[in-house]
Amino acid sequence: MDAATITSWMREIDVAVRAERDHLVQLDAAIGDGDHGTNMVRGFEAVVQALGADDGSPPGKLLVLAGRTLVSTVGGASGPLWGSALRSGGRVLGEQMTFEGNQLVEVLSAALASVKDLGTAAVGDKTMVDALEPAVDTLRSRLHDGVALDQALDAAAAAAEAGMRSTVPLQARKGRASYLGERSVGHQDPGATSTALILRALQKAATKGA
Amino acid sequence: MAVETNQMRKFLNDPANVVKESLAGLAAAHPDLLRYDPAAQIIVRQGAPKRGKVALISGGGSGHEPLHGGFVGLGMLDAACPGEVFTSPVPGQMLAATKAVDGGAGVVHIVKNYTGDVLNFKLAAEDAADEGIKVTAVVIDDDVAVQDSLYTAGRRGVGATVLAEKIAGAAAESGADLAKVTDTVKRVNARARSFGVALSSCVPPASGKAIFELPEGQVELGIGIHGEPGRRRAQLGPASEIVDVMVEAVVSDLKAKKGAKVLAFVNGMGGTPLLELYLLYGEVDKKLRAAGLEPVRNLVGSYITSLEMAGASLTVLELDEELTRLWDAPVHTPALRWGA
Repeated sequence: MDAATITSWMREIDVAVRAERDHLVQLDAAIGDGDHGTNMVRGFEAVVQALGADDGSPPGKLLVLAGRTLVSTVGGASGPLWGSALRSGGRVLGEQMTFEGNQLVEVLSAALASVKDLGTAAVGDKTMVDALEPAVDTLRSRLHDGVALDQALDAAAAAAEAGMRSTVPLQARKGRASYLGERSVGHQDPGATSTALILRALQKAATKGA
Repeated sequence: MAVETNQMRKFLNDPANVVKESLAGLAAAHPDLLRYDPAAQIIVRQGAPKRGKVALISGGGSGHEPLHGGFVGLGMLDAACPGEVFTSPVPGQMLAATKAVDGGAGVVHIVKNYTGDVLNFKLAAEDAADEGIKVTAVVIDDDVAVQDSLYTAGRRGVGATVLAEKIAGAAAESGADLAKVTDTVKRVNARARSFGVALSSCVPPASGKAIFELPEGQVELGIGIHGEPGRRRAQLGPASEIVDVMVEAVVSDLKAKKGAKVLAFVNGMGGTPLLELYLLYGEVDKKLRAAGLEPVRNLVGSYITSLEMAGASLTVLELDEELTRLWDAPVHTPALRWGA
């Protein structure tokens, strides 16, 4: 994998959040304030534009650029959270021009750590961590077991989607949904939903390049 | 409320430009008080930075007007950072505002407790520190409708924000140092409690759809200021009964001593006329006195709103001599003005 994988990943996210924009807005309107779809579309549109203007940066630098772009365009909670996640992940790769599956695990682990640190959330709080953490764990264990990268990424995306669905019966403990108390139960978390889209986009981007 | 095919009746050119066009209008209306920097999307007080004065900035999603841009001016804020409607601003706005108003004495960030606002202000404060600017941040969390526990994001910042901006702004104007101004914001937050109710939802311009549906004859209790639903719904009774709920929620949490002097702030959410707000104030005044508190100052009007939501919030601030003096000090902003 290389810089083209990162660019392709960001393009896939842009396509996915655009297609699911209204769904994300609906989910957020139910337990938040209804701007999640709009914010993600605005952010990844800007990321694709920023990466398109870049000339030959290594993959790590592209992730840092993507993260910085999200922080400076999205606002809300998802901007700083995904922005910090991609910046931390990008720093793992430094200046190297290519990377392997085990380094992708390190990138995603760093991203997860920064989300948990900034958002002070854990699995079960009904947040994006419910989708991201099982995805990272699954990718790590599948690669450790010798599963091929494309299959491991497919399993990781499926784990994110399962994590996303697992938020439905949960009561939110973080973010704006937590204000609803018990009334947040029965709704799928919008942040976990967009996170599942982002992991599925990664699988598509990496498979395409393989 | 019936579902309508067209839920939105708003004055717009392009929904995507509503915030920018409104800020340009604010600046056109009050050139003596403030200016608009469209590149940074911030509102800055005329004459800022003032050498040696502690500066105050605040910011948050738009849709709560006059908060915060309408409170930029003498004796209140030095800059405001408006985000998109109901979306927190980005760190670059707060950094630009901090740099624009820093007069060497430091800058206080007044942050409402919403995850997005807190995260974006945190990143901005780190950037400002990197540039050698002394920044303190105080998070306002006065909404008693939210349980403050490990299991929530904590109480929301609502009406106390307006009072903190006024009172700490007066302290800064009088020459107080960074520690003192910061402490003043904290004291206002610690001594204030709020509770809001809604009779309707509101419609963000970008989506054109009401955020929630409130069946006819129902009132939403414990709402925030972003159109998010409250903690529970009840049958809509007489105003007197609704005020009972609001006063009880606020007073029982504030735990002020009998005879305490308070400031009572009855705030409209954007779609409730002054006719009704004064009716509510009359009830609030009576019930606070019955609860053993003495309202010696008040503020009645729509100051921290939720677009066109019909509804109101009550904020009660326990005063002392210093806070009362700072409240009475001159203020001249687009939305609040006395003594100057």
